[in-house]
Amino acid sequence: MGRTITIEPVTRIEGHAKVTVHLDDAGKVERARFHVNEFRGFEKFCEGRLFNEMPLITERICGICPVSHHLASAKACDAILGVEAPRPAKLLRELMHMGQVIQSHSMHFFELAGPDLLLGFDADPAVRNVVGLVQANPQLALKAVALRKFGQDIIARVGDRRIHPNFSVPGGVNKALSVSDRDAMLAQIPEMIGYVQEGLEIMRGWMESNAAEMERFASFSTAYLGLVDEDNAVNLYDGEIRLVDAQRYELDRFDGRQYLDYIAEHVEPWSYLKFPYYRKLGWPEGIYRVGPLARLNMAEKMATPLAQQEYERFRQLRDGKVVEGSLYYHYARLIEDLYAIERARQLLEDPECTSKDLRATARVTNREGVGVIEAPRGTLWHHYWVDEDGKLEKVNLIVATGNNNYAMSRAVEEVARSCVDGEKLTEGALNRIEAAIRAYDPCLSCSTHALGQMPLELVVYDAGGTEVARAQRR
Amino acid sequence: MATEKGKLAIYWAASCGGCEISLLAINEKILEVDKAFDIVMWPCAADGKVHDIEKMADKSIDVCLFNGGIRTSEQEYMARLLRAKSKVLVAFGSCAGEGCIPGLGNVSNREEMFELNYLKCPGLDNPKGVVPQTETEVPEGKLHLPLFYDTLKTLDQTVEVDYFLPGCPPEADRIWDAIVAILEGKLPPAHSVIGENSTVCDSCKRVRSEKKIKSFKRTWQIIPDPEQCLLEQGLLCCGPATRAGCGALCPEVNSPCIGCYGPTDGVHDFGARLMSAVASVIDSQDPDEIRRIIEEGIPDPIGTFYRFSLAKSLLRRSRQNGHHATPATQEATL
Repeated sequence: MGRTITIEPVTRIEGHAKVTVHLDDAGKVERARFHVNEFRGFEKFCEGRLFNEMPLITERICGICPVSHHLASAKACDAILGVEAPRPAKLLRELMHMGQVIQSHSMHFFELAGPDLLLGFDADPAVRNVVGLVQANPQLALKAVALRKFGQDIIARVGDRRIHPNFSVPGGVNKALSVSDRDAMLAQIPEMIGYVQEGLEIMRGWMESNAAEMERFASFSTAYLGLVDEDNAVNLYDGEIRLVDAQRYELDRFDGRQYLDYIAEHVEPWSYLKFPYYRKLGWPEGIYRVGPLARLNMAEKMATPLAQQEYERFRQLRDGKVVEGSLYYHYARLIEDLYAIERARQLLEDPECTSKDLRATARVTNREGVGVIEAPRGTLWHHYWVDEDGKLEKVNLIVATGNNNYAMSRAVEEVARSCVDGEKLTEGALNRIEAAIRAYDPCLSCSTHALGQMPLELVVYDAGGTEVARAQRR
Repeated sequence: MATEKGKLAIYWAASCGGCEISLLAINEKILEVDKAFDIVMWPCAADGKVHDIEKMADKSIDVCLFNGGIRTSEQEYMARLLRAKSKVLVAFGSCAGEGCIPGLGNVSNREEMFELNYLKCPGLDNPKGVVPQTETEVPEGKLHLPLFYDTLKTLDQTVEVDYFLPGCPPEADRIWDAIVAILEGKLPPAHSVIGENSTVCDSCKRVRSEKKIKSFKRTWQIIPDPEQCLLEQGLLCCGPATRAGCGALCPEVNSPCIGCYGPTDGVHDFGARLMSAVASVIDSQDPDEIRRIIEEGIPDPIGTFYRFSLAKSLLRRSRQNGHHATPATQEATL
């Protein structure tokens, strides 16, 4: 008789998630699934609202990356007005977004992944958390906190609120940046670059001493998707969608606003989160990954000098081929963190960043608008249809983490196959499954490990539903 | 400050995680929290599992900060469990206190939401009409999802709540104030809000001139004057009805207050309070003209007046066809 292992709760992606692992008669993993347990129905209740409410409503989908929703929404609203926000407004929106990326990526690397990487997957769980990290390396921990704070400081200086800003409006933004705020941010940048570079050094050292694990761990072939510049550099704020296959061959390149022609969503009865895929290849052949590693795989370069230097190292990892192991997400995240800080400097040094020309006003011109952005966790689409008065008739959202839904299930399954033994459940196995999910940084896991560790339990039930074994953290 | 370490639980239900990020923004003060409390549960940040909480004696957790509304059976189960185990249960943030943005879902129901999301959304490829189920048979066994309810309820519509900490999210300083009040035992009367009882207008620096208006404007239609009261410029600002505590951050960036701190003490319906405040700035005595100003200027009254508080309002939800939305028999199942 086969058995089922349930891991619940794992962490959250805009809600709760769990993992079930099915064992066959021999105690070997037959199938593993990643379930999203929550649903809130935003698309439905946005109907009837005014479109200018959307940057405020939809940012409340996620308290970890509200700025990304706020801005994807603002772009969709610009499209409804049929205007481009003035250049200074775009600079400030992108600057705020760099703050979001720095805050989210730094927190994830240092506070969440850090304990695994620095203290070890098999370290005593009692110390394998950020407190253990603080004890092991207090200097580094302080720098990590400073980086996260810097990201949040950018968001707050630009839009006053740290979480859920009320800053972008259809056609632009509502507040100019003061010279003193600009200078205060610029002054911190060299120090912050140093901190990220320190993190990169640690990461490279870890990769060298764990080369086999990096290659093997949750490694599988998919396509990769993200926004790029005209010259195929990663762009976290704007650009065209590029999709490459597992050989880095360009499968497609399209205007993100045309996504419905390229992306379809599959539904499974056992998860509230849908499964997007590349329409032309069908389900499940068309699955793709998004987020830091996907972006570095699908692009050809980084648009800032220090990030580009590091990108060249990344490219050499597999002689220019795609980098498939899920643990490389951590490395990619830091390279992007470096890019975001350098990019923030470019934006702040732009003479127009303190301009007061921030708004374009217009009537409702188009009955439809799409906004696309690279959220920290991947490509995010907002698509609105309005009536002539600007009331929403229909809304479609594809959120960043959703794009990785299938990939996370695959990652869990790969790891479960290699480390779960139905006869003997170990804490290390548990942590590796968790680490597979953590690599993708599903939303709230950013803050996991801030004080302790992610709750995780692995329970084995026989086919009749009776608990026969349990492994949990102590 | 407490001499012996107390026990603290932090939990989230139907919310976005912003309350928890805001809590982290108390920065180094989190170490003082750590000094005063053992954190027995904080799924996003600490070790502590449902099974451990179930095994604890009733009232053995000193304080539970609970954020998020109640939308699924799993969330209801956790609300009941943490209520039983906690001496003091705080509805932490707008979602737990008044439903917040997800509470706008009460204009609809599960069937409509699932139909749109899984059967009608553009881009779907779902020829077999698959919709997520609470129980699914697969070759290897059964898979489960929590039951999604028709109606989002606030925490205090589900269990008894001792205190409310408003805001979407509560500002980090207000969270710290509340923690200090709890640590020092200087709490307001039971069932009340821990916070200020003035309005956002009271802390807003903009100039009010008792000016009346002939029409309401939308944010994309005007570039507001940076000094003048936004409501007097025709932007529907929620400041007059909204509890202070944020520092009037939205008017500070030339955006109208959206009402995320909810009503002040003694107000049972935020929307009704705001409507009365807004009515007083309309420059007309003629009923037909007033009707025109309102109909043209405020085409979405629910989203305008009940943006954060629909679930908690006297309206609660849209009418369901002939049957009550959430039968009392709908038990929590995990």
